[in-house]
Amino acid sequence: MSVIKEYWHKLSSAKHFYPIAGALLPWFIIPALLMLAWGSWQGLVVAPADYQQGDSYRIIFVHVPAAWLSMMAYMVMAINGAIYLVWKIKLADIVAESAAPIGASFTFLALATGSLWGKPMWGTWWVWDARLTSELVLLFLYLGTIALRGAIDDRQRAGRAAGLLGLIGAINVPIIHFSVEWWETLHQPATVSKFSAPSMHPSMLIPLLVMALGFTLFFFAVLMIKIRAGILEQERHSRWLSALYAEAPETTATYSAEGNLAAMDESNE
Amino acid sequence: MLGAVRQPGDALAPVVFYLIVGMLFPLALGSDPRLLAQIGPGAIWIAALLAVLLSLHKLFRSDLDNGYLDQLLLIPCPLFLLIGARLLAHWLQTGLPMLLVTPLLAESFGLDYALLPVLLAALALGTPVLLLLGAINEALTLTSRGGALLALLVLPLYVPTLVFGSGAVYAVHFGESPAGHLSLLAALALVTLLFAPWAVATALRISID
Repeated sequence: MSVIKEYWHKLSSAKHFYPIAGALLPWFIIPALLMLAWGSWQGLVVAPADYQQGDSYRIIFVHVPAAWLSMMAYMVMAINGAIYLVWKIKLADIVAESAAPIGASFTFLALATGSLWGKPMWGTWWVWDARLTSELVLLFLYLGTIALRGAIDDRQRAGRAAGLLGLIGAINVPIIHFSVEWWETLHQPATVSKFSAPSMHPSMLIPLLVMALGFTLFFFAVLMIKIRAGILEQERHSRWLSALYAEAPETTATYSAEGNLAAMDESNE
Repeated sequence: MLGAVRQPGDALAPVVFYLIVGMLFPLALGSDPRLLAQIGPGAIWIAALLAVLLSLHKLFRSDLDNGYLDQLLLIPCPLFLLIGARLLAHWLQTGLPMLLVTPLLAESFGLDYALLPVLLAALALGTPVLLLLGAINEALTLTSRGGALLALLVLPLYVPTLVFGSGAVYAVHFGESPAGHLSLLAALALVTLLFAPWAVATALRISID
C-alpha cells in the first residue's frame, strides 16, 4: 500500500513527472503520427465514397475525432482543475492549464470542419442546431477559463478559480452529449456509437477509429510538451531543475528555452 | 434589503433596465403585432437575462470595498448559509420585481393571456438559476482584472436556462404542453439551489484569501 502511495506521490510531483513526461513523449508522438498518416490515407483515398454524400463525407475523419477530443480535453481540464482545487497538487494545475488551449483548438477545428461540411450538405455554413450550439458553447467555456486564468495575476488563485469554473462548465459536457436526444434537430444522430448494428461500413469505420486514436495520442503528446513547458516555467528557480540541466546540458538543451538561450549565448561568443 | 429600502433608485435599476430592453425589441424589429407576439417570449427572456447579468455587480462589490465581506468570511457560521441569505435577498429585490412587471411587458408584446402563467412560472424558476450561476462567476472575478470577463464567463452557462425557459412559453404558443420544459427548468433550479451557495462560498474564499 505504502509503495503505491509513494509512487503516486512521486508521480504527482513536478520534479518526478518532468522526466516521465519527456520519456512518454516519443511513445505518444510516433504512433500518433503513424496513425494519423495511415488513417488519413485510408480515409481520404482508400475508403469508398458515400452513396448519398459523395466525397464530402470524408471530412468526418477529421471532424468526428476533433469533436470527441474537444470533449475529452474538457474532462481532462475539469478533472485536473478539481484535483488542484481539493488536493492543491501543483502538477494538476499545470495539466489543466495545458489542456485548455489544446481543447479549445480541437473545438474550433470541429466547428470549422463541421461548417465546411455543412455548406455543401445542408446548403448553409451554420444552423442553430443543438449539437452545433453546444459545441460553440464549449468553445466559449474554454475561452472563459483561459481568460479567467489570464485575468488573475496570482498563479495559485488563478488555478483555483479556473478549476472551479471548469468544474461548473463540466455540467455542460453531458448536456452536449445528450442534447441530440433532448432536442429535435437537423444534426445526424451519432453514427458510430451503435456498436450492435453499426451503420458505417468497416472500410470507413476502421480509418475513423484509427484517426480518433491518433488524435487522442496526438493530444497527449502535445499535452506532455505543454506540461513540460509549464513545469519549466513554474519551477524555473528550483534547485532540481538547475541540477538537471547542469548534469547533461548537451542532451537536454534543445528541450528548454533556457537551454536554447544558453546555447545562443555560447554561439554569440 | 435595508439598503434597497433606503436607496430605491439603485434597487429599481435592474427592473427599469428589464423594461427598457424589452422596449428596444419592438423599436428595432418594427411594430407588426404578429411578429411581436412571435418574438415576445424570447425577447422577454433575453431582457430578463441581461437584467440579471447587470444586477450581479451589486452582489459583493460594495461589500468587498467596505470590508464587510472579510467580516463575513470570519463569522463562525457556514459561509454558504450566509451567502444563501444574501442571494435570497438579492433575488427578492431584483427577480421578484421583474416578475411583477412582466405582465406589462407581455401586454406590450401582445402576448396571448394563456402564455402569461407559463411565462411567469418559467421566469420564477429561471431567474434564481440565472442569479445563482451569475453569483458564482461574480465571486470568481471579484478581484480580477477586466470588466467584460464576467459576461464572457456567465453567458455560455445561461444557455440551458434560456432554452428551457423560452421553450416552455413557445410550447404553449404552439399548442403543446410546457410540462417537459418546466420540469427540466425546475430540475435545473433545484440542482443550482443545492450546489451554487457552496460554489459561491468557495469562489469567494478563492478571490479574497
